[in-house]
Amino acid sequence: MNELVFFVNKVLVAGTVIGSIYALGAVGVTLVFGILRFAHFAHGDLMTAGAFAALAGAAGLHALGVSTPLPIGFVALPLAMIATALLAMGLDRTFYRPLRERGARPIVLVMASIGVTLMLQGLVRLFAGTAPRSFFTGERKDIFHIALPFDLADRPIIVTEPQVLLVLLTAAAVVALHYFLTRSRLGKAMRATSDNADLARVSGIDTELVARTTWIIAGGLAAAGGTMLSLDVTLKPDLSFSLLLPIFAAAIVGGVGQPYGAIAGGFLVGFAETLSVFNWSVLLRVLAPVLPETVEIPTKLAFVPPEYKIVVPFFILVVVLVWRPTGIFRGRVL
Amino acid sequence: MNRLAVRELALLAGLVVMVGLIQAWLGTAYTLRMLVEASCYAILALGLGIQWGYGGLFNVGVVGFVALGGFASVLLSYPVNEDFLNSGSAAELARVGLYAVLGIAVVFAISRLHRLGVPRGLCTAATIAAAAAVYLVVTTALDPVAGEIEANAGFVGGLGLPAWTGWLAGGALAGLVAWPIGRICLGLRSDYLAIATLGIAEIIKAFLKNADWLTRGTLTVSPLPWPVPTPDEVGFVWARAGYLCLTAAMVVAIYVLLERAYRAPWGRMMRAIRDNEVSAAAMGKDVNRRRLEIFVLGSILIGIGGAALVSFVRIFDPAGFLPLNYTFLVWVMVILGGSGNNLGAIVGALLVYIIWTLSEPAALLLFDALRDLGDAWFGWDAPSDLQSRALQMRVFVIGLTITLVLRFAPRGVLPERAPRHEQVGPR
Amino acid sequence: MLVEAANLHAGYGEMNILDGVSLALEAGEIGVVIGPNGAGKSTTLKALFGLLRVSEGSVRFDGADVTNATPESLVRRGMSFVPQERNVFETLTVQENLEMGAFVRRDDYRHLVERIYALFPPLRDKRGQPAGELSGGQRQMVAMGRALMVEPRLLLLDEPTAGLSPLFMSQVFEQILAVNATGVGVLMVEQNARQALGIAHKGFVLASGRNRFTDTGQKLLADPEVARSFLGG
Repeated sequence: MNELVFFVNKVLVAGTVIGSIYALGAVGVTLVFGILRFAHFAHGDLMTAGAFAALAGAAGLHALGVSTPLPIGFVALPLAMIATALLAMGLDRTFYRPLRERGARPIVLVMASIGVTLMLQGLVRLFAGTAPRSFFTGERKDIFHIALPFDLADRPIIVTEPQVLLVLLTAAAVVALHYFLTRSRLGKAMRATSDNADLARVSGIDTELVARTTWIIAGGLAAAGGTMLSLDVTLKPDLSFSLLLPIFAAAIVGGVGQPYGAIAGGFLVGFAETLSVFNWSVLLRVLAPVLPETVEIPTKLAFVPPEYKIVVPFFILVVVLVWRPTGIFRGRVL
Repeated sequence: MNRLAVRELALLAGLVVMVGLIQAWLGTAYTLRMLVEASCYAILALGLGIQWGYGGLFNVGVVGFVALGGFASVLLSYPVNEDFLNSGSAAELARVGLYAVLGIAVVFAISRLHRLGVPRGLCTAATIAAAAAVYLVVTTALDPVAGEIEANAGFVGGLGLPAWTGWLAGGALAGLVAWPIGRICLGLRSDYLAIATLGIAEIIKAFLKNADWLTRGTLTVSPLPWPVPTPDEVGFVWARAGYLCLTAAMVVAIYVLLERAYRAPWGRMMRAIRDNEVSAAAMGKDVNRRRLEIFVLGSILIGIGGAALVSFVRIFDPAGFLPLNYTFLVWVMVILGGSGNNLGAIVGALLVYIIWTLSEPAALLLFDALRDLGDAWFGWDAPSDLQSRALQMRVFVIGLTITLVLRFAPRGVLPERAPRHEQVGPR
Repeated sequence: MLVEAANLHAGYGEMNILDGVSLALEAGEIGVVIGPNGAGKSTTLKALFGLLRVSEGSVRFDGADVTNATPESLVRRGMSFVPQERNVFETLTVQENLEMGAFVRRDDYRHLVERIYALFPPLRDKRGQPAGELSGGQRQMVAMGRALMVEPRLLLLDEPTAGLSPLFMSQVFEQILAVNATGVGVLMVEQNARQALGIAHKGFVLASGRNRFTDTGQKLLADPEVARSFLGG
């Protein structure tokens, strides 16, 4: 049974956590991709910037003497989300909208977003340094050990407080997003613009308003994802490129322009990563007594060594592009 | 058109003056080093420039192809590692290689089973299962061998062939990797190619960094052989001058060939496809095939340029392949130089590289001055990693340059010249 | 005059397609633009609706100069446009398509949705279905319904019967008449010239980006030269 607990900890818990992070990022990417029609390469850095905003907010709250039962970084999250949404809108206004108005090809916008990535990276590291930072300097990270009511399992399932908060937050974000997109006038206009931008313009939909709303949502969710990831592990200023590929893979697997697809894709990529890195011989060892002597279970049997984890989202991406470029939720191929 | 020629000449003259000043200030050896590296970057810029300028393709994985070029150089031209050959690991490695080849053959055979009447779904499932099994068997077999090599011999070493073979192999390897990527992505919008090339570059880097048995990983391999006499034999100045002659000749040769291709029917077709894909496709041009050609060709050039660049530095350090120093720097060269303009790519490469090398001491100087000022005036206690932070300023400047050029000079400093009287469509 | 375009010049990029088109329509009238392929019929509608840059000439709507106004502002002024292709939001439900038509309105428009369902009864049952799943004729209803949600005074229709079977064609013409009967002016581009001129108050025959004939629908139908050159004998 301990092996199974190990599996739960290493695959289910870890997969849910990283899947939630990817989902939060991928929703923004897929909305921008669907509505503004370009792959937003600066999304990873938007997440990093959001996490730094939360860190700064947390430091500010700490200095004010605020003390809460929740991690202070989590309390600062709403501020960070607002700041990042404003940042995303500002970036759009300064760098993307002029190109859009000029009628530039989408690929030019992709290039501009790479320029923005570099600028954000440079600024973040210039002001905050290159060393990883922890949110938990002044307080303790609560870790829950869930003991199982079986005699066979003496090892507990381990989850941390930020992980629980992350899952709750992701669920709340998904529900809120669902209601926004299906019930509100602006949400429907976003779906309409993503479906058929020309017709949206002809219908009198204010496409700039839709674009702004898209950036607010994308920026807010990016900040949430970045902050929660940093609360779970540490805040690394250079994590953007390693986040970018799984997030794009999640958005494309889910179907471009499909927010629910992006969420599903996020979890798919997350679980695929933890499943491929997992050492399966741990589970196979349980079978050892039943197996004949001649069968030797290797000590290490993982699909992918952890240092090659980046291969997993890439592999998923390639499979989807070859097999079904519209994604599982039938998005668009732009 | 006349004004353009004037502008090109003025830029070239400015370059010569700049190089002259640097020579007077920092010495001949330094200037030569800078010029050699700049000419290697010019090869990279030509490769990326045709992908972008002729094909409209967005390759964000330049650093990966550069690394492949360097890796091929190590593999072919680094001296033979006797320890490895004399240990039993060589035979073991060959055995694993044999497994891999056999496995691939089996998987391929299974994937063809539908020809014999096996239902397609079953065939696909069997292929996937077989591929997974082969993959697991090969990696499990490789693991101990790799460990043994690392423990006993360090790494597999090279083949000891002449340096130029490594360069050619670098191009070939880069082309070989580019081909499947292009096959998969070129039917889709260019965003997908951008994502995929970013991914493949990260994977190549991860592989070269972690496959210690093959590349020595972070322990780095040096010194790489040169195709011309090395500084140990003839001294820095002469060796670098020799290397510069070689790389400059390569730049000129590639330039001439590309220009001829550009004016040939092939180049005309490429431009037709880029400027109006729909009508080109309607005229019966196989758009994706042509794009694949250009993507592979550009990647080959990047591989060769990468091999030349890494060989010159003489150290193969997989951890040193930062996207900024390769991918994005080359992008700045290309878009500043003007897309679709090969001379522009070369001038852009020289100009940007010179500014880039000078910006490092400049940034450090600036930040040191800032720190002293801050200390003197406000008692500012500067963070200890100020030096590494200062260099981040350059990341910011590269990003800013990209966005500014796209916005205010979308056609670059030296825009594409349309041969004869062809109309260049609005971009 | 409800709408009055004078001497329009417009086109794509460098290429000029309209070379001096003029047309005018009174409130509540049906106007029909016909002409051979490439005459600039659809281009005329797009130029009126601000989807193309008008390089010369002017458009007046309701007495105000709206040359090169944005589509959004024209919708607010009471002009709406049904494109020929991709004219519904395929992933949105029928009801949501109608709501998108009313995007510029901030008032309660539920009674209007009801009115559209009364005008196009088949849509009522399909209100919860994605518009992409409907038949061609029903899509055309959704498209027109969407455009009517702003209670326009002028409805621009770009080949509303393109790709429909003859049965549905007459249905569409009947619907256009029904819409017109509520006081909405209609300006449409149509391939079925004879049928369209039959319901038109005014007809505009374009060729090579210019007006060739401008008259009432009936007179154009009766004109032997128009019949010979543009109505297929």
